[in-house]
Amino acid sequence: MSIIEAAPRGDTDLAVRTEGLVKTFGEHRAVDGIDLRIRPGEIFGVLGPNGAGKTTMLRMLATLLKIDAGRAEVFGVDVAGNPHVIRQLVGVTGQYASVDESLTARENLWLFGRLQGIASPRARSIAAELLGQFGLEEAADKPIAQFSGGMRRRLDLAASLITRPPLIFLDEPTTGLDPRTRGQMWDTIRYLVADGCTVLLTTQYLDEADQLADRVAVIDHGRKVAEGTPDELKIAVGNSTLQLLLADPDEVSAASEVVRRVLGSDPVLSPERGRLNVALDQADLAADVLIALRTAGVSITSVSVAKPSLDEVFLALTGHGTDDDSSTEENR
Amino acid sequence: MIAPGREAVRAADRVAAARRHVSMGETISQTMTMAWRTLKKMRRNPEQFFDVALQPILFTAMFAFIFGGAIAGDVQSYLPLMIPGILAQTVLTTCMATGTQLREDMEKGVFDRFKSLPIARIAPLAGPMVADLLRYTIAATLTFAMGLVMGYRPGGGAVGVLAAILLAIFTGWSLAWIFTWIGTIARSAQAVQGFSMMILFPLTFLSNAFVPIETLPGWLAAFVRINPVSHLVTAARDLANSALVSGEVAWTILACLIVIAIFAPLSVRSYKRHM
Repeated sequence: MSIIEAAPRGDTDLAVRTEGLVKTFGEHRAVDGIDLRIRPGEIFGVLGPNGAGKTTMLRMLATLLKIDAGRAEVFGVDVAGNPHVIRQLVGVTGQYASVDESLTARENLWLFGRLQGIASPRARSIAAELLGQFGLEEAADKPIAQFSGGMRRRLDLAASLITRPPLIFLDEPTTGLDPRTRGQMWDTIRYLVADGCTVLLTTQYLDEADQLADRVAVIDHGRKVAEGTPDELKIAVGNSTLQLLLADPDEVSAASEVVRRVLGSDPVLSPERGRLNVALDQADLAADVLIALRTAGVSITSVSVAKPSLDEVFLALTGHGTDDDSSTEENR
Repeated sequence: MIAPGREAVRAADRVAAARRHVSMGETISQTMTMAWRTLKKMRRNPEQFFDVALQPILFTAMFAFIFGGAIAGDVQSYLPLMIPGILAQTVLTTCMATGTQLREDMEKGVFDRFKSLPIARIAPLAGPMVADLLRYTIAATLTFAMGLVMGYRPGGGAVGVLAAILLAIFTGWSLAWIFTWIGTIARSAQAVQGFSMMILFPLTFLSNAFVPIETLPGWLAAFVRINPVSHLVTAARDLANSALVSGEVAWTILACLIVIAIFAPLSVRSYKRHM
């Protein structure tokens, strides 16, 4: 075998490695210098609001978009230099089902198997096996136009698994799914990892990242603003959040002062006037804050204690919320 | 939900086993699989065949009765001149649909998956074109069938007619690369349609398809003589009417090969850039 024909030497210490990854659309830097290290066999979550650059980053890693600057490797193989090799190593499931609407589920799986060089009878048996595993046997020969959103997603994921690629990209796999279907999708993703695969998934839901991911990177405006295990991220945000709406918005600074005195940390001001979010290590501390506010004479219109949402993660990590972010995105 | 116990996926083995390039054999097999997909779609949407089926029937009858008397004296003597012209026009219109349908297809989610698969970049473009051979065959056959019904008796016999049909199919398939390229650069299917019309009309009407070149002013005759459609029409006339393989056949094939050599690489390039 000549050196030129030899397969690229795979450094399988890392499933994905990016350095200073950049994608620009005109003036807009959709992905602005992202470094990632994803270990084989882990589920890595990329958390961020709409327009943060998650999908763009995934599409670059999947050879669907050109990398404008920086470097990306999948199992040690350079993505920009060996797109054909990368396409054999990566299975991609997009945000929108990328299956053929005019074919049946069975025909779709057979088609994608054949295209990847699997002999017809084998492609047929793999299709049947996957249809069974994903609970699609009954609908196997119906047009996809009749499929529900959840069924399409399952078929889409099944189509990505035909050749059992070692790395799987899932772009918001459960956005828009009902809770039951969501749970099923989570089980499938966990199984993939048990099978030896590495999974890179993007999500807008903190609880999804919490449930599934071993490690999470938080992305905002094309930059990585935080990385760690879900537990580490939650500690940064607090285990729960006390949300306060002040009767008089002008008392915000007085209220902040009280919170600082009681908890030793600053509250996060919400874009909405007079609203404060206070990160709490324990929900019990809410009472202390409320009593202190009453003593200081700060009056409150509404109070709630909630689990931290993605919004709080963003408020805590970036100082602005997800709504705020998507509105600036639209104004560009 | 999935039964465990399978052999685990090993990344290092996969990297080692990965192929670096798509071979010629793989490209052909992938193109044929893509053609299968297009044929399946055609079978489920038979309305796609309306233009292919109606145009030869309608145009043959219409043009014969409108132009027949004026150009050739009567309908019967116009048919040998006109049928090869309609043949060329029909396959050209058919290959325009190739570009429009490719554009529509490319906007669907499934093309995202095609791009993410380790397959030859040309396969999603060439597959539908192979399937379209069926459309050309239907269109060309119907044109001659309609001619026969109207009293056309080709002097070249069955062999001559078959050769003319084959040449027309090959020409249609080759010229379809132009429209495929337009399909990959245009913003919408409507844009493809409009742009293709602008190419198609001068090509078909500024040819000898319906009128003898001698009747045209000099500057127009000059263009008509170099128009590849004129070569196809003349070649098809010689084949169908007198079973004569003239030099026009060679010119037609040469023109087709040049079109493929230019527009197939252009199409693949612009398809890749779409990613």
